[in-house]
Amino acid sequence: MILDYETLKFIWWILIGVLLIGFAIADGMDMGVGVLLPFLGKTDDERRVIINTVGPHWDGNQVWLITAGGAIFAAWPAVYAAAFSGFYMAMLLVLFALFFRPVGFDYRSKIDDTRWRNAWDWGLFVGGLVPALIFGVAFGNLLQGVPFHLDEFLRSHYQGSLLTALLPLLNPFALLAGIISLAMLTMHGAVWLQIRTEAPVADRARKVAILLGLLVIVAFAGAGLWVAYGIDGYRVVSQPPFDAPSNPLAKSVVSERGAWLSIYHTVPASIIAPVAGFAGIFLAVLLSAVRRPGLAFITSALGMAGIIATAGLSMFPFILPSSIDPNSSLTVWDAPSSHFTLTVMFWAVALLLPLVLSYTAWCYTRMWGKVTTATIRSDGGHSAY
Amino acid sequence: MVDPLFVELSRWQFAATAMYHFLFVPLTLGLSWMLFMMESAYVLTNKEVYRDMTRFWGKLFGINFAVGVATGLTMEFEFGTNWAYYSHYVGDVFGAPLAIEGLMAFFLESTFIGLFFLGWDKLTKRQHLAVTFFTALGSNLSAMWILVANGWMQNPVGSAFSYQTMRMEMTSFSEVLFNPVAQVKFVHTVAAGYVTGAMFVLAISAWYILKGRDLGFAKRSFAIAAGFGMASVLSVIVLGDESGYTLGDVQKTKLAAIEAEYETHPAPAGLTLFTIPDEATMENRYSVKLPWALGVIATRSTTGEVTGIKDLIVLHEERIRSGIEAYDALQRLRAGERGDEITARFDLHKTDLGYGLLLKKYTASVVDATPEQISLAARDTIPPVTPLFITFRMMVLAGVVMFFLISASLYFTIRRTIEHQRWLLKALVWCLPLPWIACETGWFVAEFGRQPWAIGEVLPTFLATSSLTSGDLIFSLSGFITFYTVLLVIELFLMIKYIRLGPASLGTGRYHGESEHSAAAHAAG
Ligand code: HDD
Ligand code: HEM
Ligand code: HEM
Repeated sequence: MILDYETLKFIWWILIGVLLIGFAIADGMDMGVGVLLPFLGKTDDERRVIINTVGPHWDGNQVWLITAGGAIFAAWPAVYAAAFSGFYMAMLLVLFALFFRPVGFDYRSKIDDTRWRNAWDWGLFVGGLVPALIFGVAFGNLLQGVPFHLDEFLRSHYQGSLLTALLPLLNPFALLAGIISLAMLTMHGAVWLQIRTEAPVADRARKVAILLGLLVIVAFAGAGLWVAYGIDGYRVVSQPPFDAPSNPLAKSVVSERGAWLSIYHTVPASIIAPVAGFAGIFLAVLLSAVRRPGLAFITSALGMAGIIATAGLSMFPFILPSSIDPNSSLTVWDAPSSHFTLTVMFWAVALLLPLVLSYTAWCYTRMWGKVTTATIRSDGGHSAY
Repeated sequence: MVDPLFVELSRWQFAATAMYHFLFVPLTLGLSWMLFMMESAYVLTNKEVYRDMTRFWGKLFGINFAVGVATGLTMEFEFGTNWAYYSHYVGDVFGAPLAIEGLMAFFLESTFIGLFFLGWDKLTKRQHLAVTFFTALGSNLSAMWILVANGWMQNPVGSAFSYQTMRMEMTSFSEVLFNPVAQVKFVHTVAAGYVTGAMFVLAISAWYILKGRDLGFAKRSFAIAAGFGMASVLSVIVLGDESGYTLGDVQKTKLAAIEAEYETHPAPAGLTLFTIPDEATMENRYSVKLPWALGVIATRSTTGEVTGIKDLIVLHEERIRSGIEAYDALQRLRAGERGDEITARFDLHKTDLGYGLLLKKYTASVVDATPEQISLAARDTIPPVTPLFITFRMMVLAGVVMFFLISASLYFTIRRTIEHQRWLLKALVWCLPLPWIACETGWFVAEFGRQPWAIGEVLPTFLATSSLTSGDLIFSLSGFITFYTVLLVIELFLMIKYIRLGPASLGTGRYHGESEHSAAAHAAG
């Protein structure tokens, strides 16, 4: 099957979204568990129980993040270049925080010493908290536009020094977005803990999930109002044909209030995304309250997908709008790779992703069951972290 | 204009993080297959000792793997954060293998590794063996894809420059995948990993044998490692990377620099064993040469010629002149000029565009470059000779020493007298760092020898950077150095602790010192 360039550009927008949502559902859960670890686990055994609910899976889950990074590189090289270097300090923070996870999981129980173990517990906390927060902050900044421009050779330049750029990055709207992201991933982790642990950890997780779920709903609604009345969106005024070779400098763009809501007028069906966001999270709260964590996990995943999709849809076709030179903005139509590369990568994903999903599912089913203090202690603790 | 300090810092950061990542990679590559062999022995013979071997060496594997993953994360993002123009310029080609690596290899290795450690009670024997196999397969597939990417940087095939998008675009996926440079690199690099795994098990087992503890366990591990090591060290030496050197200008230049060959000699060229290269006058002092050897190694024949540095510089001056034409045509095309004449001129010269870009270091206006600037740029195409000459010989020497050690190990294992060869056991313990030295110097040769190019003949390193400042880089570089140092100290501490504990750390009650240590080992998961 030969797909035309325009269709492929659009498909790749969806595929990157799928990878980001996959990351939030899979690794977001581990990050949430990491954030909750020091608070929900009062004793060492409880903490080991919490860690072992994600122990066999967190590494595979993290690959959603790695693959999303690689896929952005391959499908939208211009975005990979401009965004990763433009958010330099934020990327470093995320990276340094992520370092704590592989070593934290693997090293924590290798030495029986309270201080050592506590230190790694806080490491896992940081490794969950910082990325979850910063990814949200990054989305918040995307919605407001990023201060970069492209020169005639398509090299990206940024305004101001990046060392000082961290502060404007943390503006109130972006922080709100960060809170949504952090709260939703942590809630998701709490739902997971309800499934895989027993009282008292599961009970504590239930309360946290309910509280955080409500927070997500309020914050998401607040962000929606803010986008409608407080933030300028961007709109393409003219551009070359959709299937033209990618050249971000060939279009013209204006910045105007309410532009981020236009998709809901032009394609009314898009309203499904925010509705799924609210409904999914709300159901997760409800189902947690009535102790149906298995179903709550599904709806919370759905809710997160809805929230991420809302952000992506509102900006469509923009990926990385530029606040200082809107014409330099990167869009779904002028940031992608060549037709040939998108085709190759499309087939790679189409063939490999189902395979990945099936063996991942196999692994989860093999390791299924409640993790308890007894399982942690059996076999001298050798089959647990 | 280009800020030389900033470019230096970017290179230092990439080199430091990559070489650090590669401290952990080779052990993962080699040890994973050895775990599979040990576990296969367990499944076939049902002897508990093989299960214990798999679990004990698996513990050390895990300690190493964790840092391998942590440092790999840095690499995945570093092209975007620190080589942004590179990412824009070649992402169309280079990004694809990287993304496929994630989908095909990292998912496989990382999904199954968790079950390797935590699935012993939940899986049947055969299922667990399959898990071990897929972990090993995944890590080796990851090496393949990343080396396809790296091989393309050395020898950029299957792609062409497009003036409309101002970047390299892929024209043939199979050419990129079957790039001969990538293939030899893959074979050489994974074999280097296998040698590393084998030396690791040999040296630690030798230490147990010297101490007279856990003899049965240690000798069985030693035997597997000796056999596996023999095959690997032969591959790494016989399948060295040389066969890739006839391709492409960059590889030719690298070869000449590695060999400090200033002149083109009539074939077959001799191999310089020792010399003191003088970079300013382009002469060698006190050379000791092995006749014919270089010609045979580099061209696999006695008739192929090895081009010398002086001739390469002349050739490169020509290509820079042609690159100026390409640059001029490109500027006109970007400014909107169209027509057959201008596109024909661009197509004629575009393979030399990269050479034209080299001039950007000396002048903002490439088309007006002076003859002096052209000759400076041509001189830049030769990487510094002395460091390459030395590091290459360090790698080869390490390889030769390991060849003898591993051969002796295998010989005495077969004769069943290994525990009496104390000299050999001691030598093995002392030579434990050799594979790491060989791997690090090998990468230095490959990457430093590629300079001044980020992408051979296409994109100079100094243009490939992000638009950051030196301040940003000083901040991030010191962050990496601090974090990585702490990680390394912790990793070595745990590694040594568990090596000292030995198989007793499994808490089975069957091994050396169990009565004293068992309490501590028991608690330690
Ligand atoms: C020849 C082998 C080789 C080379 C040259 C590299 N790596 Fe690597 N990498 C591996 C072989 C490997 C591995 C064997 O698969 C690792 C090492 C140790 C480990 O834990 O897995 C790994 C881990 C690893 C991870 C973590 C994967 C996970 O969670 O399982 C990432 C993201 C990268 N690497 C990325 C890179 C990038 C972007 C590189 C290029 C600059 C790179 N690696 C060079
Ligand atoms: C993990 C193994 C690797 C090691 C030890 C290694 C080593 C090095 C070294 C020593 C340098 C510095 C060269 C210099 O600037 O003088 C370097 C630069 C670089 N390497 Fe590698 N390398 C590795 C893998 C890779 C891979 C797999 C890629 C690409 C896929 C790559 C891409 C680069 C880039 C982009 C630079 C910076 C630009 C440059 O200086 O040319 N490296 N690497
Ligand atoms: C003894 C004979 C050996 C020869 C002739 C040899 C040859 C080479 C050459 C020519 C390169 C440069 C490749 C390039 O320019 O891209 C290289 C790279 C490398 N070597 Fe070796 N090598 C030998 C032994 C070893 C050993 C024993 C190890 C490790 C155990 C090793 C590990 C590496 C690594 C990791 C690289 C970088 C990756 C690559 O470019 O393939 N080598 N080798």
